[in-house]
Amino acid sequence: MTETAPENHVQFRFRDDAQVSDPAVTVDAFLGQTNAAAVRIEPGDDARQLLPHLDRIALVEVNFPAFTDGRGYSAARLLREEGYQGELRAVGDVLIDQLSHMKRCGFDAFAPDAPLNEEDAQAAFNRWPEVYQSAADDRQPIWALRHKG
Amino acid sequence: MYQYDQYDQAMVDARVAEFRDQCRRRLEGHLTEDQFKPLRLMNGLYLQLHAYMLRVAVPYGTLNSRQMHMLADIADKYDRGYGHFTTRQNIQYNWIKLEDAADILADLSKVEMHAIQTSGNCIRNISSDHFSGAAADEVIDPRPYAELMRQWSSFHPEFSYLPRKFKFCVIASEKDRAAMRLHDIGIRILKNEKGEVGARFHVGGGMGRTPMISPVIRDFVPVDQLITYAEACLRVYNRYGRRDNKYKARIKILVHELGKEEYTRQVEEEFQHLLDQGVEPPYAELERIKAYFADPAFEEGLSDDLDLSDPDFALWVKTNTNPHKQAGYVSAVISLKPVGGIPGDATAEQMHLIADLAKDYSFDELRVMHTQNIGLPHVKKADLYAIWQKLDAAGLGTANLDQIGDMIACPGLDYCSLANARSIPVAQKISQRFDKNGKSAALGELKLKISGCINACGHHHAGHIGILGVDRKGKENYQLSFGGSEGEDTSLAKITGPGFDEDGVVDAVDKATDVYLRERQDGERFLDTYRRIGMAPFKEALYD
Repeated sequence: MTETAPENHVQFRFRDDAQVSDPAVTVDAFLGQTNAAAVRIEPGDDARQLLPHLDRIALVEVNFPAFTDGRGYSAARLLREEGYQGELRAVGDVLIDQLSHMKRCGFDAFAPDAPLNEEDAQAAFNRWPEVYQSAADDRQPIWALRHKG
Repeated sequence: MYQYDQYDQAMVDARVAEFRDQCRRRLEGHLTEDQFKPLRLMNGLYLQLHAYMLRVAVPYGTLNSRQMHMLADIADKYDRGYGHFTTRQNIQYNWIKLEDAADILADLSKVEMHAIQTSGNCIRNISSDHFSGAAADEVIDPRPYAELMRQWSSFHPEFSYLPRKFKFCVIASEKDRAAMRLHDIGIRILKNEKGEVGARFHVGGGMGRTPMISPVIRDFVPVDQLITYAEACLRVYNRYGRRDNKYKARIKILVHELGKEEYTRQVEEEFQHLLDQGVEPPYAELERIKAYFADPAFEEGLSDDLDLSDPDFALWVKTNTNPHKQAGYVSAVISLKPVGGIPGDATAEQMHLIADLAKDYSFDELRVMHTQNIGLPHVKKADLYAIWQKLDAAGLGTANLDQIGDMIACPGLDYCSLANARSIPVAQKISQRFDKNGKSAALGELKLKISGCINACGHHHAGHIGILGVDRKGKENYQLSFGGSEGEDTSLAKITGPGFDEDGVVDAVDKATDVYLRERQDGERFLDTYRRIGMAPFKEALYD
């Protein structure tokens, strides 16, 4: 039995610190031990269970077994809202057309099951000239730009 | 009405570019059909029985003449010269080619329109009262709140892959003209005792195979917390809505399974958390939007007198107008339900004519109505006769608003890949039957709604008379139900008994209306009589 997830290749990373190479453990395993620094959230997990331990986590992987399951977006965003500063990595069925929303929800690393076309991915990250909502990234929503100063 | 600024335009343009790129990657084989499907759906593009169908958003049902002309041009250029207006205030084109779709979206963006999130498991186009800003009985114009929510819900990064589709409806009068409580979230804008504006949240309504009327989960959300509260409602749903079974994935099932109290508790907890997150636009943004919805320059001191000496005109005025808040004005309804026609369909020529009427007589404003008709919201009573004459000459002067001929019907098996039975022929036969027997006027308000499958796009659960087409051993069969309402007295219809074939259900509706005419007391509608006397007398007439 293995409690660590298979390793995915990180294709895109928007952080300056060194990539965390610790194998990520399941949420249950993480809560049962004190020394793990990397944890993997599955869609059914409650990300809030990690809140008491945020200061010792360096990597949270959020798994997308299917790109149509959007629970991981909420998990990511609320971790960021609660002050999590470490790496937040989207893994699994991560595709071009979900990249920009994922980034807005706080993901700063992407490890897709299948490598993505570099050019298409960059276009996707840069797709939106502005944004309508406040989310977990540092972009100013359009309403803020409209009422600046 | 609302106008895009450079930000809104840039967002819609970016969306068109994104979709064009997605189509390219699909055609080049970089996207599988399974990967592409949710993307095209979020741009309003369905694959139907015979062709692609494109659903274009008309946010809260409001549009101007330029936009209506464009809708007509699209019908001519890319479709077969007509379009179909829907119960959620959108328009659908039934004969679209995939390779044209991005060009159509680009054409729409030139007139500040789009097909963003008119399908898919995301927050859909936000619907509203079709007489907003005009109705004599409204507390406040609900559209600025709907526009605020349109922007918030467009390309929402957290809520684009929800368990299932999600529909908001925003109204602001006690009278419900938009089936508000049959939406995933129904919001009623109102004032509290102190005169402050806020939002009452109803969560977990819907039709489909498990119809439910939404409970109130918060009586009054202050207006400067509206977006934050909506965000909390959605987050709880996104995290805990069922994803194991498509048919149990709507928020109504979550609210039902958790119980209203527990769902509300979780929302309130999330709301408290989100209040500190800065997700609420400033009040100044709502004020900015409100300015676009200021009253047009109504003439003061106009008379309410009207020359009704032409009996056909008098009938149309009596049937197809709604009281306006401004003296001397009225909202007029253009029926898209001619006798024997396809409910909600309009040709390009008709759309052009309607656009011209809006420009000449209604401060350049039109409304797509929940009832699949078109409204001219602000018409001078003195202009009504001229308007009616033009409509009548174009076959658009049918006087049947809210009568049996003004039925709602989904596209059914003539177009839809989900349907089990045809809706349109049944609608046409009922319309012709009641035109022939001359009972429509005597029956008065009688809302008949037809769906061609259990997904209930024709709102049969909410019909005073509802008809549901099913497939029974390879034959179309129609179940009849009575007692539904989409109004402020929302109720769900009950099935009468065994179903009928196509002609049988037309006869059954005819018989049921005879029971009503025999049993009704002063001032009762069909629905009131049914509620008073119950199903038994109707059953007797239908099955004995």
